[in-house]
Amino acid sequence: MSTKRIGKQSVVLQNPPSIIGHACVVGKKEGEGPLGDSFDYINEDSYFGEATWEKAEVAMQKQALSLALNKASIPPSKVEYSFGGDLLNQCISSAYSMRDSNIPFFGLFGACSTMAEALILAAMLIDGGFADITAAVTSSHFCSAERQFRFPLEYGGQRPPTSQWTVTGAGAAILSSNGNGPYITHLTVGKIVDAGIKDANNMGAAMAPAAYDTLKTHFEDTGFPPTYYDLILTGDLGSVGHSIILDFFKSDGVDLSAIYQDCGLMIYSVDQDVHAGGSGCGCSASVLTGHILNGMRSGRWKRVLFAATGALMSPTSTMQGESILGICHAVTISTEKGG
Amino acid sequence: MFIDYLKAFLVGGILCAIGQVLIDKTKLTPARILVSYVVAGVILGALGVYKPFAEWAGAGATVPLTGFGNVLAKGVKKAVEEMGALGIFTGGLTAAAGGIAAAIFFGYLVALIFKPKEK
Repeated sequence: MSTKRIGKQSVVLQNPPSIIGHACVVGKKEGEGPLGDSFDYINEDSYFGEATWEKAEVAMQKQALSLALNKASIPPSKVEYSFGGDLLNQCISSAYSMRDSNIPFFGLFGACSTMAEALILAAMLIDGGFADITAAVTSSHFCSAERQFRFPLEYGGQRPPTSQWTVTGAGAAILSSNGNGPYITHLTVGKIVDAGIKDANNMGAAMAPAAYDTLKTHFEDTGFPPTYYDLILTGDLGSVGHSIILDFFKSDGVDLSAIYQDCGLMIYSVDQDVHAGGSGCGCSASVLTGHILNGMRSGRWKRVLFAATGALMSPTSTMQGESILGICHAVTISTEKGG
Repeated sequence: MFIDYLKAFLVGGILCAIGQVLIDKTKLTPARILVSYVVAGVILGALGVYKPFAEWAGAGATVPLTGFGNVLAKGVKKAVEEMGALGIFTGGLTAAAGGIAAAIFFGYLVALIFKPKEK
């Protein structure tokens, strides 16, 4: 008999885990953006000292986890489970970054929603009494993602003006059954929403209906009005998706404009030539584990709804004419244990 | 002399500008645009339109991918005249062999020397 479920898709955690350590590592372009001060480490070299961009992404993810563990004063041997994800085939960045860690590992693919997916599972394991310390870490790298989803950079192809820019970044969060917060108090697991959009350069519009669905379900399930939150944050809807969300809620009679932001819009400034904003597993992960959690620790926000969004597709599904599936998972992060 | 440069510059530039407009304003992928250029060159070459155009515009018409299509069409025509139906299959690549081999050779050479960077 489930005692923690509320409503259709949500969970209220009875022993809310605390985020005891968090860190992010990003590339040069992200470091030059408006959130530049919030990142733990900015690497000017997109290869991160490695021979390939895939290896660079591994190095970046490893570094983010190790910085987060350092900040939490936890040795890797104390981490009971880790959840990792990235955008590359077979989640190789996450698997190889855990190669020497000796930490029990679950690999996840939720596209750009993976950080929320990892946090949900890591929090549930602690709340369920299966673990005391867990980790969630995700990454993306512009250059490896271009090879994965578009063309290798060696090809020198042009990007269409509507395309988003994959964030070079990794974020890690360490969760513990003991700690002084911020706490993860409520979770809403999203379902797949197919808006029928087939244009791989219009991810924001493909994901926005999924984000709307999850946010609306979250408010219904928990009974929280949107104003319960100081900040509602989607992952990487970009400018197009951001305005779709505002419009959807407006037609419900809710004005979100004062509290709603999107990580993909926050991470770059308009003059950085990134077209429709940032995307990728590393986008929401590096914004959350830097700017947002730092801000919660300093008292800027008390309650944040972190709703990372993902476009579930592959180059093969796009070539076969399939539409892009959207998903969004929501995590309530609060400085108080009661939510 | 100068007028040849000018014609090549303008004609090549216009062909490239059309490609740029296709990238920016349509959903065509760069690969499809490249293939369309080659096919357009083959058709115009087969119809005999490309040859006088290339004679007038010089490198402006032969260097872009439409010129490559034209070479394929020209090669097939010539091979069919010399050896019959087999030329349909051999003519195109025979005529374009120099361009293809050079592309592979220089592509390999550049890959050996340079490492790609994020812009």
